[in-house]
Amino acid sequence: MASNEEILAGLAEIVNEETGLAPEAVELDKSFTDDLDIDSISMMTIVVNAEEKFGVRIPDEEVKNLKTVGDAVDYIAKAQA
Amino acid sequence: MLQAPTRAHSRVLGLGAYRPDVIVTNDDVCQWIESSDEWIRQRTGIVTRHRAKADVSVIDMAEGAAREALQKAGIEASQLGAVIVSTISHPYATPSAAAALADRLGATPAPAFDISAACAGYCYGIAQADALVRSGTADYVLVVGAEKLSDVIDNTERTISFLLGDGAGAAVVGPSDVPGISPSVWGSDGSKWDVISMTHSLNEVREISLAAEAAGSLAAAAADLGEDGHKLWPTLRQDGPSVFRWAVWEMAKTAKRALDAAGVQPEDLAAFVPHQANMRIIDEMVKQLKLPESVAVARDIADAGNTSAASIPLATHRLLQENPQLSGGLALQIGFGAGLVFGAQVIVLP
Repeated sequence: MASNEEILAGLAEIVNEETGLAPEAVELDKSFTDDLDIDSISMMTIVVNAEEKFGVRIPDEEVKNLKTVGDAVDYIAKAQA
Repeated sequence: MLQAPTRAHSRVLGLGAYRPDVIVTNDDVCQWIESSDEWIRQRTGIVTRHRAKADVSVIDMAEGAAREALQKAGIEASQLGAVIVSTISHPYATPSAAAALADRLGATPAPAFDISAACAGYCYGIAQADALVRSGTADYVLVVGAEKLSDVIDNTERTISFLLGDGAGAAVVGPSDVPGISPSVWGSDGSKWDVISMTHSLNEVREISLAAEAAGSLAAAAADLGEDGHKLWPTLRQDGPSVFRWAVWEMAKTAKRALDAAGVQPEDLAAFVPHQANMRIIDEMVKQLKLPESVAVARDIADAGNTSAASIPLATHRLLQENPQLSGGLALQIGFGAGLVFGAQVIVLP
């Protein structure tokens, strides 16, 4: 099971791969859409890659609740618990 | 009692295409929705889409594609043992587009029917044609994907309308001495029935009409009818992100199953022709399937937009036109869409 720091680092890597954004730009309080300019399609790619990386399931209907990077980290941490 | 003698193999003998002549650019689209040419290109890979004029019907487009497919196959319409049209935009629940098409072509009294399998419809049609030919039920089968999607969209909505185009593609399937169509991997998942669908049913059209009549106008009735209630005509909607996820990751698995069923490795393919839904789906599928660079990937969507059932035959037709050396090679084709439904097979390119 990964710590929140490890989840954040892993997510940052996935976001970097999908969008080219620097991993350090992926901070807990950043909004995926407003701050990181990630659209709904890229978000799905990130979600699927995160599922694989962290061994969790993130249903479609949950994805829209993941507004910030912190929301995603929390969700993955809880899902792993 | 007798049963029809079976055949070992079938193949696609010829393809035809009909592309309507009105070109709708991204700038045109931006008159209806707030967007930009750059945004649409980046997000969808679409530059233009073809749309049909008001007086061009689904049957007209189907006829254009079918005539070319028959001619390329070297088959007379009178030899057809079945005519199958896949469409979601033929504006009559009955009679079928296929019966009218068969008659126009001179195929009467061939059995003729429409199928409703949206963007998987062409692959569904090929699966049926293959079965009809090999079972000995028909010698030659015409499969047409024909769509006038411009009739079932609302240009001002943002989930799907700007992606869609009109057109028709056709194939003639007949007997073969060698394997030409692999086992079809096809199916459905009706638990996602509402992910891509029309806004409302024809029964609701009647209710809205009656409410409008009682209120004096559609606008006057709109307040009681709720969201979209002022719009009488049902149009398509989709939950884009959900569809994207399913189309890429689930359909990549389906495509792999189709390769396995065919006994074919990715490197054996000459071409990959996925339903032309969105360039990002195509790109991501290519990645998931780990297709080598040697495989020609159909990207007709850039010019044609998403033409639902017509997209695979149109894209294959174009690939062959631009790369005639692909003829005789193997193509993996996969359709997926509203239902949800999916179908895939490997074919020998005509």
